[in-house]
Amino acid sequence: MAIEVKIPTILRTYTKGEKAVSATGGSLAAVIDDLDTNYAGLKGRLITEDGSLHRFVNVYVDDEDVRFTGSLDTPVADGATVTILPAVAGGSRDRA
Amino acid sequence: MLRLDSEIHDAIVAHARRDHPDEACGIVAGPAGSDRPLRFVPMLNAARSPTFYEFDSADLLALYRELEANEEDPVIVYHSHTATEAYPSRTDIAYASEPGAHYVLVSTRDPDSAEFRSFRIVDGAVTEEPVEVVPAP
Repeated sequence: MAIEVKIPTILRTYTKGEKAVSATGGSLAAVIDDLDTNYAGLKGRLITEDGSLHRFVNVYVDDEDVRFTGSLDTPVADGATVTILPAVAGGSRDRA
Repeated sequence: MLRLDSEIHDAIVAHARRDHPDEACGIVAGPAGSDRPLRFVPMLNAARSPTFYEFDSADLLALYRELEANEEDPVIVYHSHTATEAYPSRTDIAYASEPGAHYVLVSTRDPDSAEFRSFRIVDGAVTEEPVEVVPAP
C-alpha cells in the first residue's frame, strides 16, 4: 500500500498540477527522497541545505504536525497521508 | 486589482484594530477560480506578537481542509502592521506562497485612519494593485 502525499498549489509545478501523489518510505525523510526521484526538485523546496525541514512549510503525517513527532524521522506507515502546506506567516520585523 | 465589499473591508480593519498592538491575520475565501473574496475567516495569530504573525499549525490544516471541501481558494491573505506602513516586509515576502492570492496589509499605526493596501507577491516580486471597495450587496 502506498502513502498519499497532498501537494500545495505552490508546489504543483513539480507534480504536473497533481494535487495528490503517491510515494513510499518508512519515514518522512524516506518519503521525501522517494518523491524527489519522481518529481525532481521537490526535496529542495522542503529541506534546507543543512538537512532540516524548511520553516516555510508545514508537514503533517495523518494530521499530526511533524514538528511534534520527530520531524524528518517521523514514521510513516503504509496507507498514511502526508499533507504539505505552506506556512502562513510574516510580520513587520525582518526575520527572513 | 482587488475588488471587495465594504463589509469585508470593514471586518478586516476591525480585526486589525481589535488585536492591536499585536498583528492580526486571516483570510477571505472565495469560490475556486473566481477571484471573489466572499467569506471572511479571521485567524488567531499563534505568535501573539506586535512584529510577527503565524497561523497555528493545527488551525492551518483545518482551514485548508475546509477550503478544499468547499472548493474555495484563499482569495485574500491579510495581516496588520501595527507600527509601520502597510507594505510587505522582507519576512512577508519570504513566506508568501499563494501566488494567486491578494496579500492585504493594514497598518494600525495611526489610531484615526487605517492604511489598507493590496499586493501580489510572486517569486519574491511585490506588485501593488488598486483596491476598489464596493457597497455590500
